[in-house]
Amino acid sequence: MAYFSQQLINAITLGAIYGLIAVGYTMVYGIIGMINFAHGEVFMIGAFISLIGFMICGLLGIGSAPVAILLVLLMAMAFSAVYGWAIERTAYRPLRGSFRLAPLISAIGVSIALQNYVQLVQGARPKPGGDVVSGGFNLFSADGFDVRVTWLQIIIVLVTVVLMMGFTWLIARTPLGRRQRACEQDMKMAALLGVNVDRTISLTFVLGAALAAVAGMLFLMYYGVIDFFIGFLAGIKAFTAAVLGGIGSLPGAMLGGLLIGLIEVFWAAYFSSEYKDVAAFAILVLVLIFRPSGLLGKPEIEKV
Amino acid sequence: MGARLSSMLKDAGLTAFVAAALGIFIVGFRTVDVGSRKGLGFDYQFADLAVAVVTIFFGRLGLSLAAAGLRWPSMVLGAAMIAAGASPLELPSGFLHWFVALGGVLLVIRGVWPWANDAMTAAAGSRSGVVLGRAGAKWSGWLLLAAAVAMPFTPFGDQKTMDLGVLILTYVMLGWGLNIVVGLAGLLDLGYVAFYAVGAYSYALLSTQHGLGFWVVLPIAGMMAALFGVLLGFPVLRLRGDYLAIVTLGFGEIIRLVILNWFDLTNGPAGIGSIPGPTLFGAVFAETAPAGKQTVSQMLGIPFDGIHRLIFLYYIILFLALITNLFTQRMRRLPVGRAWEALREDETACRALGINPTNTKLTAFAVGAMFAGFAGSFFAAKQRFISPESFVFIESAIILAIVVLGGMGSQIGVVLAAVLLIGLPEWFRDLGNYRMLAFGLAMVLIMVFRPRGLVAHREPSLRLHPIKPGGGR
Repeated sequence: MAYFSQQLINAITLGAIYGLIAVGYTMVYGIIGMINFAHGEVFMIGAFISLIGFMICGLLGIGSAPVAILLVLLMAMAFSAVYGWAIERTAYRPLRGSFRLAPLISAIGVSIALQNYVQLVQGARPKPGGDVVSGGFNLFSADGFDVRVTWLQIIIVLVTVVLMMGFTWLIARTPLGRRQRACEQDMKMAALLGVNVDRTISLTFVLGAALAAVAGMLFLMYYGVIDFFIGFLAGIKAFTAAVLGGIGSLPGAMLGGLLIGLIEVFWAAYFSSEYKDVAAFAILVLVLIFRPSGLLGKPEIEKV
Repeated sequence: MGARLSSMLKDAGLTAFVAAALGIFIVGFRTVDVGSRKGLGFDYQFADLAVAVVTIFFGRLGLSLAAAGLRWPSMVLGAAMIAAGASPLELPSGFLHWFVALGGVLLVIRGVWPWANDAMTAAAGSRSGVVLGRAGAKWSGWLLLAAAVAMPFTPFGDQKTMDLGVLILTYVMLGWGLNIVVGLAGLLDLGYVAFYAVGAYSYALLSTQHGLGFWVVLPIAGMMAALFGVLLGFPVLRLRGDYLAIVTLGFGEIIRLVILNWFDLTNGPAGIGSIPGPTLFGAVFAETAPAGKQTVSQMLGIPFDGIHRLIFLYYIILFLALITNLFTQRMRRLPVGRAWEALREDETACRALGINPTNTKLTAFAVGAMFAGFAGSFFAAKQRFISPESFVFIESAIILAIVVLGGMGSQIGVVLAAVLLIGLPEWFRDLGNYRMLAFGLAMVLIMVFRPRGLVAHREPSLRLHPIKPGGGR
C-alpha cells in the first residue's frame, strides 16, 4: 500500500509534466490539424534556457528559491515562445495550402535541425543543474516504508494546476480564446468575419511553446540533468497523452498526461523498467487503433 | 523609395532582433564542465552571436531588396558577404566564416535565380530543348545505370569511392522501397527502419546460429520483414495519414527497444558480431579460406586483393536495387499498383469503385517492408556487425527525406537525392555535426521552396491520349 502510494505520487508529478507538453500538441492540432513534431524540441530548449537561467541566478547571487524559480519561469516562457513563433513563421506558415503531409515532413526537419543546433552550441554531454529546491516531508509510514512527498513535487503539481486553470480561462473567456475557437471551427469563415487568422495561429504556437518551456523547467528541476535529446522521447509521450485524451481537447491533454505518467511509473515499478517506453508506445498504438478520437475527443467526420 | 528602404531596414532589424532573442541564452551562454567537481560554468559566446545577428540582418535586407526587384544591390551585398567570409578577417570562430559566406552565396543565388529560371524555361520550350528533354528523360536512367555498372573498373574505383558507392546504393534501394509505400500508395511511414532491422537481424541470427548462407537467408529475411509489415500494418492501416505516421514511428521504436532489451536473442546493445559475408558460388572473400571451402581468388585464379570483396558487395547491392526498381515499374502496371496510386489520390472514390483500401495498403506496406528486409540482410552481411544503434529513428527520417527530396513517386529522383543527401555529406565528413543540422534545414527548405521534390515530373501510369510518335498529342 505504501509502495503503491509512493508510486502514485511520483506518477502524478510525471503526468503533470507530460500534460503541460501535451497541451501544446493538442492546441496546434486543434487549430491547423498538423502534428507539430518539433514541439518536443521546444520543450528541450525550454529546459536548456532554464538551466542557463538558474546558473545566471546563481552568479547574480539570488539565493531565494521562489524568486529564482519565478524569474527563470518567466524567462524560459518568454524566450521559448520566440522559438515557437519563429518555427511557425519560417517552417509552417509558408506551407499552408501545400499537400497534406508537407507540414509534418517540415516539422521533422525542424526537429532534427534544433536537436543538432543545441548539440553544437551546448555540447552533447548531459548537463546537471536546476537543483534549487530540496527536502520534503513524510506523508505516512506503513509496512516499514515511508511515503515521501518532496516540496518539488508539490511545486510541480501546483504550477501545473495554476497554469491549466489560467489556460482554461484564457480559452473560454478572453477574446483571444474566442478567436482561437473560431479558427478551430472554420478558418475561412473566421477570416471573413475579421479574425486575423495568421496572428491567431502564431499566438497558439507561442502559448504552446511557453507551456512546453514550463514543462522543460519542471523536468530539469525534477530529474536534475538534461541533454539535447530529451525532446524526442518526451515529445512522443506527450503526443501519446494528447491522442489518448482526445486530440483537440484541453482537459483531455491533461487527463492523457496523467494516464501516461501512471502507466509509465507503474509499469516500471511493477514490471520492468527497460520496457517502460515500449509500454508508452504500445498504448499509443492501441489507442489509435481502438479509439482514435481519444477519451474526451469528438469523433471526426471525414468530408469529401 | 526612401519609405520602402526604411521599411526594409525595419524588417531586417526585426529579424535580427528575433535572431538575437533566439540565440541570447542558447548560443550566448555556452555551458561547460568546470574542473573536476560536478558543476557547470559559462563560456560566453557573445561575439559569435553578434556576428551571426549582423549577418542575419544583412541577409534579410538582401532578400527584401531582391524581392523588391533591386537584384543588383542585393547581389553586391551577397558578394561583399562572401568576401567577408572568405577574408582572413578575425572572426570569433571558423564556423562563422562559413556562415557569413553561405549567407552571401544565398543572396547571389537569389539574385541570379530569376534569370536562370527564365533561361531554363526558354530552353525547355524551344524546339531542340523539347527533343533534348525527351531524350534525357528516356536515356538518363540508362546512362546512369551504365556508369554505375562500369564504375569499379574506372580509375575512380578505389577503396573510398567503392565504399561510398555501396552506401549510396543501399540508400537508393531503401529509398525505392519506401517510395512504394510513400510515393505510390501515399502512406507516410516513419518507422521504415524497423523492417530494415528485421532483415538485418534475420540474417545475423540465422547465419551465426544456424550457419545458413547469405543467398539462402536473403529471401527468408525479405519474407520475415514482409510478415512484420503485414502484422504491423493490419491493425493500423485504416488510420488517417498523420496518425498513421506517428503509429509507424511508434512501431519502429518498439522494435528497436525490443532488440535493445531482448538480451537472450539479440545480445542487446552489444550487438551481433562476426557475421559471415556473402559468398560467390560457395567461395569466400578472404585471404585464406576456412576448412572445406575455397577463396574466390583460388577459384578464379587471380591474386588476392581486399577490394574484390568490396566490388562484389557493390554488384550485389546494385543488383538488389535494380530488382527493386524493376519490380516497382512492373507493379505500377498491374491492377494492384494502379490501385495504390488511385488510393493515394482519393480514398473515398476508391472505396466507391470497389477497391478494398485495407488490402491494397497492406500489399504496399508488405512489399515495401520486403525490400527493406533485403537491404537489411545485405547491410548485416556488409558490416559483419550490427547493433540497435544502426536502426534509430533518424535513419527512417533520412530515407524519408531521400524520397521526399527526390519527388515522391519518382524513381530517378530517389537516385539524385541519395547521391545528394548521402554522398555529399560523406564526402565532407569533416563537417561533423553540421551535416545533420544542414540536413534538417534542407528538409524544411525543400518543403517550403520545392515541395514536389527535385524531379517533380512524374510519368503518368496511364494516359488518356497517348503521345503520338510524331511528337504532337
